[in-house]
Amino acid sequence: MASYPGRLTAPPPTVRIRGLTRRFGARTVLDDVDLTIQRGEFVALLGRSGSGKSTLLRAIAELDYDVTGSGELHMPENRAVVFQDTRLLPWARVLDNVILGLDLPDAVARGEAALAEVGLAGRERAWPVELSGGEQQRVALARSLVRDPELVLADEPFGALDALTRMRMHDLLRELCARHRPAVLLVTHDVDEAITLADRVLVLVDGRIAEEQRIELPAPRPLRDPRFLAHRESLLAALGVATAAASTEDTDSSSELEGSAP
Amino acid sequence: MTTTLPTRAISPRVATRAASLRVAGGPDLTATADIHGSLVGALARPAGGGPVARRRSRRRLGPGRRIPYGAALGPALLLVAWGLASATGVLDARVLSAPWTVVTTASDLIADGRLLSNLLTSAQRAFLGLALGVGLGTVLALLSGLTRVGEALVDGPVQLKRAIPTLALIPLLILWFGIGEEMKVLTIALGVVIPVYVHTHAALRTIDARYVELAETVRLSRWQFVQKVALPGALPGFLMGVRLAVTGAWLALVVVEQINATSGIGYMMSLARSYGQTEIILLGLVVYGLFGLASDAAVRLIERRTLSWRRILAG
Ligand SMILES: Nc1ncnc2c1ncn2[C@@H]1O[C@H](COP(=O)(O)OP(=O)(O)OP(=O)(O)O)[C@@H](O)[C@H]1O
Ligand SMILES: [Mg+2]
Repeated sequence: MASYPGRLTAPPPTVRIRGLTRRFGARTVLDDVDLTIQRGEFVALLGRSGSGKSTLLRAIAELDYDVTGSGELHMPENRAVVFQDTRLLPWARVLDNVILGLDLPDAVARGEAALAEVGLAGRERAWPVELSGGEQQRVALARSLVRDPELVLADEPFGALDALTRMRMHDLLRELCARHRPAVLLVTHDVDEAITLADRVLVLVDGRIAEEQRIELPAPRPLRDPRFLAHRESLLAALGVATAAASTEDTDSSSELEGSAP
Repeated sequence: MTTTLPTRAISPRVATRAASLRVAGGPDLTATADIHGSLVGALARPAGGGPVARRRSRRRLGPGRRIPYGAALGPALLLVAWGLASATGVLDARVLSAPWTVVTTASDLIADGRLLSNLLTSAQRAFLGLALGVGLGTVLALLSGLTRVGEALVDGPVQLKRAIPTLALIPLLILWFGIGEEMKVLTIALGVVIPVYVHTHAALRTIDARYVELAETVRLSRWQFVQKVALPGALPGFLMGVRLAVTGAWLALVVVEQINATSGIGYMMSLARSYGQTEIILLGLVVYGLFGLASDAAVRLIERRTLSWRRILAG
């Protein structure tokens, strides 16, 4: 989670975006966005619903071929996408989902290792419908990591999970990132999730990155750490959410934006 | 006034039933075995002496418990009625032979090998026509479902063909191929092509765009995409087409076997008609029925094998 250690000559960043603009009809959703993600850096992107987070992520994933816009994008070929809906092929067994499109002679062994890493050893032959929501999302994580990506793009991967499962997924993700060290761009609604996981948190407002905070807290980041609370206060302010000092007691409900929106 | 009373009387019972179901569903959550699973489970389980959780053994909105040998009940009843009517003379043998006459005729025909040879001829026709039609329908559906060029070339003609009932093509097919086996097999095949094509094509065209997106992000090649996403995704539609095709194949078989056939179950039946042997006609119907049942069971078996990733309501 800490910034790149022992960096003598700066390696080129994993992602470099200049002047990214995206429009839907007359509406400009992304307006001249610049973004750089260093090697192994974990960046969280916050923003209100409809602020263009997914649009930005899909641009980096090159899934927006039918969207009008401009900009200069440099990103690695070897990247993985984690979707909110897990997107496992229902007709393929768990292991086949993990190694989908992996053209390596040891694909099966790698797939099994990746499943073991996310705590699903022994479930290789299960069908996706036989897994719980959290287990399915762990398979989706394994599917991303088995490719040893330089960049992981995740769009609210834990949005559909309950709070406790989500906390376990945070621990798992932190552990996996510490081991594989991909650069990560995590889109989320959850301010606490962003502060817990990221090296840097960005806030997207009106199609621009309006706020940027470097989180330099040591690895287990307790929610009650005053520095944590300070980050959260200013991020919520950037998001335009008024916070009374007292509301920080109620950690879960106040920090989640759009929590009640469908 | 009187009509509103029953609804009022029922509603409290409905409410209690819903409540007890929720309690029964509670401990199932522990099956996820996560930390939170056991936590929730502990919360949901009554501390002691509370209502005992009952596990539901079947889906609440499913059709209900299976009746043992339920499928055989209706036919058995019919058989008994038929036997009684024949024995008491209510049913004239010239209209419909008695069940035992059908059985003895069947054993005679089996003994002299006629039934088996006719049966094999019919089965072969149906099978060849089905195989040809399913193969052709699948290839055409893949061509037009996966490529724009294929769609432009294939879809129009197939839709045209769809508008014309296959059996209306028989005169033309007789002119081209004579009254031999080719005409019969081709007629069956032409009837089979359409349902297989239509359902497979629709399934290929409606593959969830989210899976296409996934395939792009994991960089599948076009061939891998067809193999791993398009074909398995279209399989339920294809099998639906095959099921309809099987029904269509038997229909076409019956028709072509009535036209100048010199062998087969249909020929056996039309011969019997000229001699007024209703027992042979009945035997033919039984054989057709068994064909239909067996082929439907085969398709369903294939469905169960290949679609085991789905949870089916009827299961
Ligand atoms: N395909 C599309 N066609 C037209 N408008 C679109 C399309 N996709 C997104 N938009 C619009 O662009 C804006 C940004 O959408 P985007 O999905 O990026 O938001 P988001 O920040 O990811 O929101 P959420 O947090 O709710 O997922 C929204 O106002 C949306 O209506
Ligand atoms: Mg979004």
